[in-house]
Amino acid sequence: MDIKILGPGCTNCVTLERITHEALAQLGIDATVGKVTDIQDIMAYGVMSTPGLVIDDVVVFSGRVPTPTRVRELITAAANPSA
Amino acid sequence: MALSDRLPLEAGKVGAVVGFAIPIWFTLFAINENIWNWLLFAQFRLDPTNPIVESIRFFVYDSIKIFLLLAGIIFVATVARSFMSIERTRALLGGKRAGLGNVAAAALGIVTPFCSCSAVPAFIGFVSAGIPVGVTMSFLIASPLINEIAIGLLWSLFGWEIALLYVAAGLTIAIVAGFVIGLMKPERWVESFVFETRIGGQIVDPSRGLSFRERVQMGVEETQSILRKVWIYVLVGIAIGAVIHGWAPADFFAAVAGPDNPFAVVIAVVMGIPLYSNAAGVMPIVEVLFTAGIPMGTLLAFMMAVVALSLPELVLLKRILKLPLLGIFVAVVASGIVVIGYSFNAIVGG
Repeated sequence: MDIKILGPGCTNCVTLERITHEALAQLGIDATVGKVTDIQDIMAYGVMSTPGLVIDDVVVFSGRVPTPTRVRELITAAANPSA
Repeated sequence: MALSDRLPLEAGKVGAVVGFAIPIWFTLFAINENIWNWLLFAQFRLDPTNPIVESIRFFVYDSIKIFLLLAGIIFVATVARSFMSIERTRALLGGKRAGLGNVAAAALGIVTPFCSCSAVPAFIGFVSAGIPVGVTMSFLIASPLINEIAIGLLWSLFGWEIALLYVAAGLTIAIVAGFVIGLMKPERWVESFVFETRIGGQIVDPSRGLSFRERVQMGVEETQSILRKVWIYVLVGIAIGAVIHGWAPADFFAAVAGPDNPFAVVIAVVMGIPLYSNAAGVMPIVEVLFTAGIPMGTLLAFMMAVVALSLPELVLLKRILKLPLLGIFVAVVASGIVVIGYSFNAIVGG
């Protein structure tokens, strides 16, 4: 699984990155977590309100810092597409 | 697949908010003042004229009042704003020209959920949709300047007239400033990559496809997250307020920032710009300073300067705006706030 955090490096993006790492650890899912800080690259995802969460090149959340529960749900949903 | 299909919600949360939280909120708000008077003066037989007692009473009463107001306001504002997003505002403003566009942008700036860390992508997104730079500036000015928490707190603490004046004042600054900037051919002060950036992918509108339950859930989450961030500032603000309230060195404030000091508004704005806080943190201090005799316009100017102009946002904007435009932005907003401070003092009469 390939996860990217979109954001220019504000507090919210750092928080989202931490929550994502924690969620992955709790779920025991192996994933690479990258950061996209370049504005033009962020815009290339069509995201205008940061932070944004991208799982396998799909924007699953943007505009706010999601709760840890929601991040776990999003990761689980992406890991089991049929569920 | 819509986001809502795969997000199981904690069952019963909506019911709990509607069934329990709302009645409890109103009950607490209604009994807050009397219960402390009863407890401190009737039960503990403390002396109401003692400044220490009065400070303590004010602190507990005001803390509960401000936190109740904050929770209620953040919840209602978040649920209402969940119907709006930067993406949606961008679509609404697309193709608008200067003039009407500035008015629409300023008005949308109030209702669109926006954090200053999104200023840069929002700016690029707007410009790429063909929205003029001046219109975009109206949005960027209105959004932090007219703060929904400030509206709610002003309304509940000082009445709807003051809240309405605040909104009207903020809109005026945002519309006029954006329009004036638009006349100056501001495109030359915007970094060229902004015009070259192409928006790819599918634009995700966070306001779409949410059920009412999810919006309520967002309101609960946002209320928790903001209160967790600001509670300490609010308590410090109320504590300072309580000390001023108990001892009230009214002469000092009257001399520094009272109606007789013609520079009071300018001093308030200059003091407010380097300070950056949430509207929630400033409000308790504003409330107490008002009762200490400082005129409303001066206080509003201080609050607007604290909330609207922040160094972190300016640093971010520096990436896309060249110094002249950044300078004009700060100068126009600051002088707009000063003008509003003086007009307020003249209208409300201190």
